[in-house]
Amino acid sequence: MSLLLATSFVVLGALAVVGFGPSIAQRVRRHLPKRQREPERIPAYDPGRERRAEARARELMRSVVSEHEYAMYVELGFIAVEGTEGDGYGYLLYPHRPILAFDAQSGELLNEYCVAFPDRSEPEQSQRLPDADDVLAKWMSLRAGERELISVANMHVPGRQVDPGQVGRDLIRLREWRARRVAAVA
Amino acid sequence: MKLVRMKPGHGDVLLAEGDPEVSEDEERLIAEFRRQLDLGMWAAVPTSDGPRREATMVRDFDEVPRDAERVVFFPPAAGG
Repeated sequence: MSLLLATSFVVLGALAVVGFGPSIAQRVRRHLPKRQREPERIPAYDPGRERRAEARARELMRSVVSEHEYAMYVELGFIAVEGTEGDGYGYLLYPHRPILAFDAQSGELLNEYCVAFPDRSEPEQSQRLPDADDVLAKWMSLRAGERELISVANMHVPGRQVDPGQVGRDLIRLREWRARRVAAVA
Repeated sequence: MKLVRMKPGHGDVLLAEGDPEVSEDEERLIAEFRRQLDLGMWAAVPTSDGPRREATMVRDFDEVPRDAERVVFFPPAAGG
């Protein structure tokens, strides 16, 4: 008899949960304080967003560096700058790659300076600047204080992160590009 | 004068704009300048001498030339 009663209560309870559960839950939710909306999650990588960011970054770069340097970045993908601590050497500034020091006469690679500009102010978002911003940050830091920037960087022998063969080809492209621009002006 | 900041996923973002000769604007520019430095940002002022372009790092708003068009904030360099 007691088993029959217990079974009946269980069955009635289950039916009540199925029948009235959703409406009761809705009423309870209505009276609870609303949770604050979570901040919008920005996906780690969105090609469209990155492309728009790069376009904006290029506009900023264009307004800061010389016309010659901007054209170099757009056409070759890097900027070459002279060292300020004496003659005969320069740097190649690639996006998100080490700064490469080279001998301006021979084209010999001197050092790799590994340096980055991670934005850690908003940890939930990407820390990686658009390519043109990364190059511009290197350019401004070098122009404003070559020694300070180089002292922050980790110095390595050439070839640790960047293929010296590719850099050699880039230096040839740079020489040819400069010659074409001189010829175009003449 | 414009204060702009490089931001991941955005490019540059305008933080504040005003005339430093107007005291209200100057206060706003100084407040934003300090806020960015407190966040650890570096600040550079682009300059030009004829066709040659340069940049100067600044650590205090007083170091910013009054006629500067822009101050660019960007994350500090770290060894990679």
